[in-house]
Amino acid sequence: MSETTLLNGWGRTAPTPAVLTPVHGDAEVRAVLARAAAGGRGVVPRGLGRSYGDAAQNAGGHVLDMTTADQVLAFDPETGLVDVEAGISLDELMNRFVPEGFFVPVTPGTRLVTVGGAIGADIHGKNHHVAGSFAQHVRWLDLLTADGQVHRVSPEQDPDLFWATAGGMGLTGVILRAQVQMKKIESSRCLVDTDRTPDLDSLMTLLSETDHLYEYSVAWIDTLAKGKRMGRSVVTRGRFATLDELPAKHRADPLKYHGSIKVKVPDVFPPGLLNLATVAAFNEVWYRKAPKRKRDQLQSIPTFFHPLDAVGGWNRIYGPRGFVQYQVTVPFGQEEAMREILDRLSAFGTASFLAVLKRFGPGNPGMLSYPSPGWTLALDIPVMKGLAGLLDSLDEVVVAAEGRTYLAKDSRVRPETFATMYPRLEDFRAVRRRVDPDGVFTSDLARRLSL
Amino acid sequence: MIDALGSPGSLLLVGGTSDIAVATAKRYLQERPLRVVVAARDTPRRAAVADELRTAGAEVEVVDFDADDEAAPERVVAAAAAGGDIDVAVIAFGQLGDQEQLAGDPAAAAALGRVNYVAPVVVGTVLANRMRTQGHGAIVALSSVAGERARRSNYVYGSTKAGVDAFFSGLADSLVGTGVSVLVVRPGFVRSKMTEGLPDAPLSTTPEAVAEAIVTGVRKGRHTVWIPGAMRVVMSGLRHTPRAVFRRLPF
Ligand SMILES: Cc1cc2nc3c(=O)[nH]c(=O)nc-3n(C[C@H](O)[C@H](O)[C@H](O)COP(=O)(O)OP(=O)(O)OC[C@H]3O[C@@H](n4cnc5c(N)ncnc54)[C@H](O)[C@@H]3O)c2cc1C
Ligand SMILES: NC(=O)c1ccc[n+]([C@@H]2O[C@H](COP(=O)([O-])OP(=O)(O)OC[C@H]3O[C@@H](n4cnc5c(N)ncnc54)[C@H](OP(=O)(O)O)[C@@H]3O)[C@@H](O)[C@H]2O)c1
Repeated sequence: MSETTLLNGWGRTAPTPAVLTPVHGDAEVRAVLARAAAGGRGVVPRGLGRSYGDAAQNAGGHVLDMTTADQVLAFDPETGLVDVEAGISLDELMNRFVPEGFFVPVTPGTRLVTVGGAIGADIHGKNHHVAGSFAQHVRWLDLLTADGQVHRVSPEQDPDLFWATAGGMGLTGVILRAQVQMKKIESSRCLVDTDRTPDLDSLMTLLSETDHLYEYSVAWIDTLAKGKRMGRSVVTRGRFATLDELPAKHRADPLKYHGSIKVKVPDVFPPGLLNLATVAAFNEVWYRKAPKRKRDQLQSIPTFFHPLDAVGGWNRIYGPRGFVQYQVTVPFGQEEAMREILDRLSAFGTASFLAVLKRFGPGNPGMLSYPSPGWTLALDIPVMKGLAGLLDSLDEVVVAAEGRTYLAKDSRVRPETFATMYPRLEDFRAVRRRVDPDGVFTSDLARRLSL
Repeated sequence: MIDALGSPGSLLLVGGTSDIAVATAKRYLQERPLRVVVAARDTPRRAAVADELRTAGAEVEVVDFDADDEAAPERVVAAAAAGGDIDVAVIAFGQLGDQEQLAGDPAAAAALGRVNYVAPVVVGTVLANRMRTQGHGAIVALSSVAGERARRSNYVYGSTKAGVDAFFSGLADSLVGTGVSVLVVRPGFVRSKMTEGLPDAPLSTTPEAVAEAIVTGVRKGRHTVWIPGAMRVVMSGLRHTPRAVFRRLPF
C-alpha cells in the first residue's frame, strides 16, 4: 500500500514526493527501513503532519505513516501511566482518558498531533512554566533504530539516546511505543481568568508578576497595533476546576468530554484574501470584544486549549502560496530583543492575525529541545515578497540575544544560524553517528539544515 | 533544499563563467551564503569567477565542463551531487556565433548546434534524472527571444534557442508531480561578454536584471520569464508580423 505521495507540512509550502507507507508494528517498519537503506534517499517517520515545515517529509525517499499504530496498550488508573503506540493522537487520548479523570500532561494548540510527533518535537503547552515539555512526562520509549533493533530508552536507560530522540525530529529512529504520565483532573472544565493589556510593557509585567499563580498561561498579541499600542494583547490563564468548584449542573457528570466536530474550510481561497485591511479589522474586533478583566470563567477543554481545531483545514485560508510560522524564544533579560522583533514585524506590516507570547520555565536535557527559560513568540505569516529577508534579519536579533528558533515550526532558517542557536547540535550528531552510522534516517529538514 | 521562501542551499552553474550565471549566483549570495558548483572550461576567467563568488560568501567547487566533451554532463552532475543535493541548476553556456561565417560553413553551423542545442539537451536530461531521484530541484535554462522567431541576422543561433526552448518546456511538463521544476528564461539583448562590441538593441538589459528575474521566477515556481517583461508583448507582436514585413526589419 505504499504510494508515491506529495507531502507538505501544515504551512503548505515546499511539497516533495516520497513513498509513503502506513506501518503498524516492528516488522513492517523494518521492511521499509531495508528498502530505504537500499534506495539511498533514506526514511523519516510522520505523524499527523502538524509540524509547519519540512520535518516529516523526505524528497525522493521513504516516509513512514505512523498513524495506523494507534492502540492503547496498558493503563493504570491508580498512577495515570498509559502505554501507547506512538501513532495515537492526543485527541484520542483525551477522548479515552478525560472521562476517566486524566488529561494529557502537555497539549499544543491543536489536539491533532501524535504521541510520536509530540516526543519528536518535544512539544510544549501553556503549562510549560510549571510542567516543562512533553518528553519530561515520558517514562520510556521503544525506539527502532537503523540496525533494526528495538531499544527501550528512558532518562535512566541510555539517556543520550533518549534526549537526542526528544526533540530529535524523527532522526534517531522510529518511536514505536511510549509510556506517558497522564495528569489527574477532577473535572473537564477550566477556570479561566482574562486580562487585556494595552501594550507590551504592561503585558510582560503582568505575566512576570502573576504567571506562577496559574497552571496554564498564554497571551495573544495584536501584531498590527503600532506605536503606543504596540503589543496590546489579551491574556488568558487558568487551571482545571476541582469538583466542588463546578456549578451544580455540571457536578453530575464532571468529566464529560467530547472533542467538537470540525467544520472544514473550503479548499480554494484566492491569494491575497487576507490583506492588511481585513486582518487589521479582525484584530481590532477581537481586541475590543475581549473583556478588560474577567475572573473564574468556566471553559471547556476545546475552548480553552484548542480554539483553532473547531475549524478543520484552516491553514488553507492563507491561499495557495502557503504560510510560515515564525516561533522564537529569547532569554529573560532580553525583553528589548522581543520588543525589537515585534517592532520590525509590525513595521513590515505582515497580514498576521495574532501572535502568541508565553513565558517558558526551565529547559530540559533534550539536545535539540526548543524550550529554554525566557519569552517565546509565535506568529503565522503568509508567504509574501521580502519575507525571507525580514525573517533572516529577525534571526540576527534572536542570535544576538542568545535565543533560538523552533524546528517544529521552521521552514526557512539558515543552516549556520540554526547551528549557533543550538550549541548541543554536535552532541546530537554524535548520537546519530552512533545509532545510524549510514544516515538512513533523514528528512527534508535534515538536508536543508545539515543536521 | 529550496526552503519555504524560495532560498536554495546549493547552486550548480553549467557554463559557470557566463555573465548571467555569475550575476545569478551573486544575487542569491546577497540573501544567504550557499554552495556553488562552477562548471566551466579551465580558463583564467573561471579562476577569477571562483574567487569572486568566494568573496561574496559562497563555498565554491570548480568542475571542468566543455560542451564539446560528450562525457562532461554526466561527470559534472555526478561531481556536483557528490557534495549534496543540487537545489538549483542554471544551464547558461552558449555562443552567439558569427552569422556570416555560419551561413557559409556547414561545419561551423553544426558545431554551434552541438554547443547550443545538443549539449543543453544532454545536460538537461542528466540533471532531470538526478533531480527526479532527489525528489526536488529547479532547472533554469537560458533560452532567448531569438528563439521565438528566427531572424535573418542570427537564424542559426535563433534556431538552437528555439530547440532549447521547446526541449525544456516539454521537460517541464514531464516533471510535474516529481518535485522538480523547470524555468525557461527568455532574455532580449543582454549586455554581457556575448554581446560585447555589438550595438545596443532596443529594450536591452543587464545580466543583473536577468538574475533578478531568475531568482524571482524560481521563488514563485514560474515556468517562463521574459526579460525585460515587455519583451513578451513585443515578441508576440513580432510572431504575428507577416513574413514579408518581418524579413525587412532592420535586425
Ligand atoms: C494549530 C497548531 C498549533 C500548534 N501549537 C503548538 C504548541 O502550542 N506547542 C508546540 O510545541 N507545538 C505546537 N504545534 C506543533 C506541533 O505540536 C508539532 O509540530 C508536533 O510535532 C506535530 O505532531 P505530528 O504528529 O503532527 O507530527 P509530524 O508533524 O508528522 O512530525 C513532527 C516530527 O516528529 C517526528 N515523528 C513523528 N512521529 C514519530 C515517531 N513515531 N517516531 C519518531 N519521530 C516521529 C517526525 O519525523 C517529525 O520530525 C502546533 C501545530 C499546529 C498545526
Ligand atoms: N547576452 C545576451 O544578449 C543573451 C540573450 C539571450 C540569451 N542569452 C543566453 O544566455 C546564456 C548566457 O549568456 P551570457 O550573456 O551570460 O554570455 P557569456 O558571458 O558569454 O556566457 C556564455 C558562456 O558560455 C560558455 N561557453 C561557450 N562555449 C562553451 C563550450 N563549448 N563549453 C563550455 N562553455 C562554453 C563561455 O565560457 P568560457 O568562459 O569557457 O568561454 C561563456 O562564459 C547563453 O546561453 C546565451 O545564449 C544571452
